[in-house]
Amino acid sequence: MSDDDNAYLGLAEVHEGDEAHWAFGTGFEDPLHGTDTALPPGVDGAALAARCLALGDDALVLAQRLAQWCTRAPELEEELALANIGLDLLGQTRLLYTRAGQTDGSGRGEDDYAYRRDAGAFRNVRLAELPNGDFAECVVRLLVLSAWRLAVFERLAGTATDPVLAAVAAKGVKELAYHRLYAAEWVVRLGDGTEESHRRMQQALEAVAPYLDELFAAEDVREQVEPVLRQVADSAGLVLAQTAAAPGSGRDGEHTEHLAPLLAELQSVARAHPGATW
Amino acid sequence: MTTAPAAPADPAGPADPLQQHFDDTIARDQRVEPRDWMPDGYRRTLVRQIAQHAHSEIIGMQPEGDWITRAPSLRRKAILFAKVQDEAGHGLYLYSAAETLGADRADLTQRLIEGRQKYSSIFNYPAETFADVGVIGWFVDGAAICNQVPLCRSSYGPYARAMVRVCKEESFHQRQGYELLLTMMAGTEAQRAMVQEAVDRWWWPSLMMFGPPDGDSPNSAQSTAWKIKRHSNDELRQRFVDMTVPQAERLGVALPDPELRWNEERGRHDFGTPDWTELQRVISGDGPRNAERVSRRRAAHEEGAWVREAAAAHAAKQAQRREEGAPA
Amino acid sequence: MSNPDWPLYEVFVRGKRGLNHVHVGSLHAADDRMALTHARDLYTRRNEGVSIWVVRSSAITASTPDEKDPFFAPSGDKVYRHPTFYDIPADVPHI
Repeated sequence: MSDDDNAYLGLAEVHEGDEAHWAFGTGFEDPLHGTDTALPPGVDGAALAARCLALGDDALVLAQRLAQWCTRAPELEEELALANIGLDLLGQTRLLYTRAGQTDGSGRGEDDYAYRRDAGAFRNVRLAELPNGDFAECVVRLLVLSAWRLAVFERLAGTATDPVLAAVAAKGVKELAYHRLYAAEWVVRLGDGTEESHRRMQQALEAVAPYLDELFAAEDVREQVEPVLRQVADSAGLVLAQTAAAPGSGRDGEHTEHLAPLLAELQSVARAHPGATW
Repeated sequence: MTTAPAAPADPAGPADPLQQHFDDTIARDQRVEPRDWMPDGYRRTLVRQIAQHAHSEIIGMQPEGDWITRAPSLRRKAILFAKVQDEAGHGLYLYSAAETLGADRADLTQRLIEGRQKYSSIFNYPAETFADVGVIGWFVDGAAICNQVPLCRSSYGPYARAMVRVCKEESFHQRQGYELLLTMMAGTEAQRAMVQEAVDRWWWPSLMMFGPPDGDSPNSAQSTAWKIKRHSNDELRQRFVDMTVPQAERLGVALPDPELRWNEERGRHDFGTPDWTELQRVISGDGPRNAERVSRRRAAHEEGAWVREAAAAHAAKQAQRREEGAPA
Repeated sequence: MSNPDWPLYEVFVRGKRGLNHVHVGSLHAADDRMALTHARDLYTRRNEGVSIWVVRSSAITASTPDEKDPFFAPSGDKVYRHPTFYDIPADVPHI
């Protein structure tokens, strides 16, 4: 009988040069540790909750789109990268939904918001819900949304009157800065790479363009975001042309036909088992 | 280091000094490292085993990956997403180990998508409900741990080191699966039924993960002599059964084997014989999901070709620009 | 047209302040920057590192494992990635 007779004891062995830090992580340490969750005086709970929900919806819907890439990425290393970004966004979603539940007076938890609302109640921007398309569309959407969200979170981290939202934003800033970098590098590579990749990248840029105004109507950060997008487009040899905006706004509950099926899939198991615990 | 200890007498006469050095390294339980001389058979066996292991991780993403988008709580969604991501990571650690032996990942991928190289038979079974996610964690990751923990002491250094990392991460995979099942068993009647059905589906295929019985496992003896493999298929299978039975009792599910019982004399469980013809069928490509698994991997690889090519072209252009415009 | 297969990079991670960078494995990337982001995503996804180095495997020159070892068989001086130096016919099963 050898010392690895019991597989589980074997796991506890100390291996040379290896420390105990390969622990399980879903990326959710508690970023709110030490933050007071009481609603600060003078803050409108309903308005705060609505804001948290909208930002949470953006993150959840985009995370769902990234999860749909799983096992379909163009290279294995990109599987890791897209999943990391998806996990960061899921983490943001959970914190924001939890905050919404604490401040809207309903006492709802994160899963109530994710699984028990229909498309009309979601407030995500429509760019997040558009179908995946090819990898060019994946990275250009990621570039636009992470640049936009980063600008929003940077502002919230410094100015939000709610300390919880400020803490969530501060954590998110670091994540989003990486997402933006990852996406920007890919946009440049594909814009510059081959004739085919350039063509696909330019098409992808044109496909997202009609949804840009909606972002800036929802959050007043055009000044911070547009120069970034122009700079990346220039480096990639792409043209960011003025395009007619697609009318409507996800922030008002007006969605494309793509959101309902996305939510139907997301909510299918939870709704099939009312009263179940997972 | 001084001279190597005297080698055991070789009936075939004085051994080749390179072979002798290799044999001594194995005999002293030291690790063989990438640039060491090694017999061709050792190298070939390792490349095959590590590649199959890597392919299993990558193909193994599919049955569970399909449930990420449908996970019934955000916590489960995050855990499953992270777990499937880990599997991609494990595949990469293993491909990396195979590349230290002179293999080329692009070539190994080609072999996989052309059906010329195998992966674990278990991933050719479908994950029918969300309970399967839990049972895959409990059985499949549990079996993988039984197989892999001894590989942390495998004679080939890069493989052993990759396995240390993989095992540490996989122990949590198994726990999340078992925890999901515990939660479901405490839930509704329908959930409990889902768990039992998933257990019934996955038990026998999980036992088959350890490979054919020892008598039918022709390469095992050489792999054991080389200390690539440390325990026989049947021994590992027995350990898995012994570990799992009390966990099943605690969970409150029945393992679908009428012959399963404690053998006081052996101090181990007796259990029934898996359907080896089924294993043969699945291994040879005729399992419930073989075609789908390989074709999805192939599609991802082929649809990603323009992306990989574009990135390589951009890198080449950048290098060229640096060369031409360096002074600027 | 450039070779669409991305080159191999070796990855070194400083686990925490005060420690050396340690070789943790390899990965494929088209360029140095991509290698860094891939290394972050693959080898530090549990917050294992504070600093990462990546280097093209082909740029590493290595000593033999044991310089004094008279048995060491000299081969190329590039570690980790020898060209696939033995050919296995396509009809050999299981490899």
